[in-house]
Amino acid sequence: MYAEGSLLSVADLSVEDVSGILAVTARLERMAHVDRARLLAGRRIALLFYESSTRTRTSFELAAKSLGATTTLVSDKSSSIEKGESLKDTGLTLRALGAECIILRHPSSGAPFVLARETGLPVLNAGDGMHEHPSQALLDVRTMLMRLPGRDAFAATPQSLAGVTVVITGDILHSRVARSNAMLLPRLGATVLLCGPEPLLPEAALGLGDGIEVVRNFDEALRRADVVMMLRIQKERLAGLELDLADYIVRYQLSGERLAANAPDALVLHPGPMIRGLEIAGEVADGPNSAIEQQVSNGLAVRSALLLRALSTGGFESVTV
Amino acid sequence: MSDLLILHGRVVDPTIGIDEARDLLLRDGKIAAVESPGVLKNIEAAETIDASGLVVAPGLVDVHVHLREPGQTYKETIATGTAAAAAGGFTSVVAMPNTLPVNDSVAGMEWMLSPKRGAVVKLFAMPAATMGSMGATLTDFAALHKAGAVGFTDDGKPVLEDAMMRDALIAAARLGVPVSQHAEDTHLTGGCSMNAGPVAFRLGLRGMTVEAESRIVERDIRLLREIESAEGLRPHLHVQHVSTGRALEAIREAKRQGLHVTCEAAPHHFTLTDEAIGDYDTNAKMNPPLRAEADRQAVLAGLADGTVDCIATDHAPHAAHEKEQEFERAPNGITGLETALGLALRVLHKGQGLSLSRIISLMSAAPAGIVSLAGRGSLRVGSFADVVVFDAGAEWRFDAKDSRSKSKNTPFDGAAMLGRVKATISEGRVVFRR
Repeated sequence: MYAEGSLLSVADLSVEDVSGILAVTARLERMAHVDRARLLAGRRIALLFYESSTRTRTSFELAAKSLGATTTLVSDKSSSIEKGESLKDTGLTLRALGAECIILRHPSSGAPFVLARETGLPVLNAGDGMHEHPSQALLDVRTMLMRLPGRDAFAATPQSLAGVTVVITGDILHSRVARSNAMLLPRLGATVLLCGPEPLLPEAALGLGDGIEVVRNFDEALRRADVVMMLRIQKERLAGLELDLADYIVRYQLSGERLAANAPDALVLHPGPMIRGLEIAGEVADGPNSAIEQQVSNGLAVRSALLLRALSTGGFESVTV
Repeated sequence: MSDLLILHGRVVDPTIGIDEARDLLLRDGKIAAVESPGVLKNIEAAETIDASGLVVAPGLVDVHVHLREPGQTYKETIATGTAAAAAGGFTSVVAMPNTLPVNDSVAGMEWMLSPKRGAVVKLFAMPAATMGSMGATLTDFAALHKAGAVGFTDDGKPVLEDAMMRDALIAAARLGVPVSQHAEDTHLTGGCSMNAGPVAFRLGLRGMTVEAESRIVERDIRLLREIESAEGLRPHLHVQHVSTGRALEAIREAKRQGLHVTCEAAPHHFTLTDEAIGDYDTNAKMNPPLRAEADRQAVLAGLADGTVDCIATDHAPHAAHEKEQEFERAPNGITGLETALGLALRVLHKGQGLSLSRIISLMSAAPAGIVSLAGRGSLRVGSFADVVVFDAGAEWRFDAKDSRSKSKNTPFDGAAMLGRVKATISEGRVVFRR
């Protein structure tokens, strides 16, 4: 139903798929620039962005260019989307112009499924509404495997993250990053603790799958944490939800003090954009536990592999890299 | 009009307590005779239908359809929608008022009910309760009733203001017709596109809670009680497409207390759950939304114990381009006229063990009674010759592209059906034959 190489949800990925992506990521990273630039030379990739983005857009674009592909960026602000053109027609137009793969960011959950169905092209979900951000979960996995002691970042198995407890804290309800991670990490052996106040973390979150717990008390969750992933409060999606930010900071901010008291060795992640002083203290973001910048550079590497996968019909893992 | 004989069938009509072999004579648009096999053998009819091995029942009645005319004829017209009705075994349908313009005037009623619209089966209309369904000013109930209104509704938009709903119930009670309410507290459903719960959470979609439905039902029931005691009137509330156990519990209790509440259930709500949305299938998007399994079970229980009075389709056609969109942007609604009987027999008869007679009642006499369609929903001699002939044991799959409706927005494309319509007769005319 969806073109091979599409990545719409982490649910599409088997552990073997994840493993292949990690392996190719590592091989691509070690390749000489000139060799890498031949891999997708002459191929056309469209970036279709209906929402603003810094990290995801730039990393996908740089990844595509480093593989030699031609990219074009279409955003809702400067295209016929403003005139009312539908997602389907926008996709068909890009396809007619020769796009072989579309990277889509969209404020509506599920939009990448529409685009993939209507165009038949491989579509990479670069974040859809409150639903998923699969490439983020993959780069987070890679970051964890690189940073946690004794792990292998070149492959994945159902035990890759065995014994690892990952605390995801904050605005879970509106977070596509939380959903993708909560669905992927347990399949690699991790335990995921979701943490936040009820309005931002309904009990329905437990339905995401096995290996997930809801813990309301952040300190309690932190004491079990090997990894702590902080999320921004998504003001643009609160939709009338009232939140006492001062109280939120007291209960859920990752401050240096809180980290030192409860999880001095935990790896700190944040998918960005982060609001220093709200969900995370600046000293933590810049501190020794933080892998936030490494996440960003892993984004570039993992997304290169995803593009190669999208455009190599069959035998992606055997691509000579 | 010439005579029509329907011979050798199994006549199932709960209104006259029959479930056995009978022959039917239809004459001048009315049921002229229902007789034991052989009695009618000397009648020379212009046309004879051999119903051997088939069920012969009162034509089905749907109190909740959207025919989109005037204003949205690219989705459906009265002619195509009623053709779909005929193919589904329906002989009477009640058109909702959310057309463009809204059906809130006598002129609108007359236009809609005019023979020029080409309705294939008997068309009734339920006009708006408030002008433009805006909730601010009551329509002219008396004049609209004279023009044929079988009830009043702002369907799609609930009447939210207590005072407005009270006035509507009182005005309708004086005319002896129901106010039909789409029960949704829209203060609680802003931005929502499906049922609240684990599936909505996983899909990242905002969900409508069961309370958004039950609160309005409970409020309306409270108004009924207040009006009964203060005004000495007996208002009739009809709850549309009830989808939650909580709303059904309120209705069950209100009935126990003797209040005049009726409700309908839609085939999609007793057949599917919100899991059917799958990969954001907009053909599984409607309002009220597909619910959790516990609510589906509650609807089944309500159908079994009589809390649910009738089945109604909420047939809501939309064009392909409207459904080929982001889930949150796609309009609510699915077609339903051609799949209702096949689902009712599969899910309720075969699945839940409800008798054929009970299902026929839920789809003919009961809905006809709710909107007081005199002479419909029964094969009693003298009634309108509205008849459906179907093969109750036929197993088949629905193919949306064969639909008579202009629109193909159904989650039941390819779905298994039990029971297939062979002929539909509206006031003595054969309007569908397979």
